[in-house]
Amino acid sequence: MSKDILTFIEVRDGKIQKVSLELLGVARDLVSISGGHVVAGIVGSNLSSLIEELKNLDIDLIYSVDNSNLKYYLTDTYAKAFEKIVSTVNPNVILLGATSIGRDLAPRLSARLQTGLTADCTKLEIDADGSLFMTRPAFGGNLFATIICPDHRPQMSTVRPGVMARIGINKGRQVNVIHLDVVFDKPRVEVIEEVVAVKEIANIEEAKILISIGRGIGSDENLQTAQYLAGLIKGTYSCSRSLVDCGKINSDRQVGQTGKTVRPELYLALGISGAVQHLAGMEESDYIIAVNKDRTASIFSVADLGVVGDINQILPLLKEEIEKNIL
Amino acid sequence: MKIIVCIKQVPNTTEIKIDPVTGTLNREGAVSIMNPDDKVGLEFALRLKDKHDAHITVVSMGPMQAKKVLYEALAMGADRALLLTDRLFAGSDSLATSLTLAGLIKTLDYDLIITGRQAIDGDTAQVGPQIAEHLNIPQISYVNSLKYEGGHFVAVRQFEDRYQTLKAEAPLLVTILGDAAEPRSLNVGLLIGATESENIELKGASDIVLEASKLGLKGSPTKVKSTWNKVIEKQRNLLEVEPREAVKAIVDTMKKRHII
Repeated sequence: MSKDILTFIEVRDGKIQKVSLELLGVARDLVSISGGHVVAGIVGSNLSSLIEELKNLDIDLIYSVDNSNLKYYLTDTYAKAFEKIVSTVNPNVILLGATSIGRDLAPRLSARLQTGLTADCTKLEIDADGSLFMTRPAFGGNLFATIICPDHRPQMSTVRPGVMARIGINKGRQVNVIHLDVVFDKPRVEVIEEVVAVKEIANIEEAKILISIGRGIGSDENLQTAQYLAGLIKGTYSCSRSLVDCGKINSDRQVGQTGKTVRPELYLALGISGAVQHLAGMEESDYIIAVNKDRTASIFSVADLGVVGDINQILPLLKEEIEKNIL
Repeated sequence: MKIIVCIKQVPNTTEIKIDPVTGTLNREGAVSIMNPDDKVGLEFALRLKDKHDAHITVVSMGPMQAKKVLYEALAMGADRALLLTDRLFAGSDSLATSLTLAGLIKTLDYDLIITGRQAIDGDTAQVGPQIAEHLNIPQISYVNSLKYEGGHFVAVRQFEDRYQTLKAEAPLLVTILGDAAEPRSLNVGLLIGATESENIELKGASDIVLEASKLGLKGSPTKVKSTWNKVIEKQRNLLEVEPREAVKAIVDTMKKRHII
């Protein structure tokens, strides 16, 4: 076994995904303690320009499997290709992004390698012997667990996007590229079509300002006012699960454990009581303002500014004041 | 068509509240439920049964209390229920769990295996794909819709930014998204029959195809080194004032932070 850290470079539509740069960034930090190389493993089709991009990063080695069978992500073909890289590198650690692709591929591979896998890590540390300490949120983010994989190698982890710092640029390091060939069997799963989602997805994860709406919003009129205000302050609106469950708001705007994790500069929670699952998705926001009529609501435990009061009274006044300052 | 649905009994984490003063978890009153994604998975199986004359076996792994979710599955319309329960299974991580479940499934006939995408207590989403690998069958995870037509399965698999429509023949494993369907209610007639305990077949370590060294804590590559509660460091500032004054505080904060 080498001391190397192998990262899965995720590609969609010919673009390297941001999370892969984050994996390389944390891998660079880890090898500074454990020794070993930062190895980028890239699989897909038509990869030459992406490999050039990778060579400009502060990494040591690139392994690639470039094959027309890898045009679309499919578990079988990608697992076979990436496994080829794994068996060649024989790494100490394998990192994948905790995306819908990484979280499909990683368990398949861990079962094949009969090794441990820790999902959705938010912090990785290593010791000089190369033992990895993988920290992840549990029970909706209020409990943290540090997981180790003492007797099995490689140690595998999927890493939550947006948490780690991206890799720096290459300052003159020679990066070797090794191409590997894989022969693929007849596919067991066929792609009939792949469609980039055309339905408008509220990108609440990228929003700097979020007005988030919960069951306590009270009325449809208040709901519309909150949505209007979100636009007015150049943010967007999000919600807790209950608004999705009752069909008022689409699930792509849901914040929380079963929804999205957000870190806006301002999170204004209106009528959200703050179930553990919800808090898990927003408590890292820079600044949290919460309005709720129940002074014992859990949302206040994470709020920088909590307002105990009636939404029906507060919201019209808030609209009036914000309009006064903006319009 | 023979379908196996894997279901897990989990604590209802939506009922777990944080103590606002200490920031610790208060698990009192949290009851055990069928994992929501698994329940939607069972609904997918039942919809196939509605159309295609399928036989559904539900499998759970856990303590004897997990019988409860199996009764529920029978009352929703499943045909057979198996509970994998043995002290030797205690402390299983996802790899050991998947090996144990696969070890039982190897003794059964199946065309389709359905699991939920992930369980609300662990959130790993790993056991389904791992079972598929142990059985050497293809997997389609993050499934939003599933049909059986012309001798093969057609599934829509959701990504963050796209979807794929995929085709596969049996045997196949799919993991189902929790918002993909609304699970049906229990059939009261079936429920009365279901709670007869002999309806649940108990299986232990000796009933599965797996060596003892792969079971439970001993067979788990990953170990929990430590856990801790999140410390809430923020200074709380809770206002209980007249609405106009409260709004002024909100707007002042927005101005100070250059929002407006």
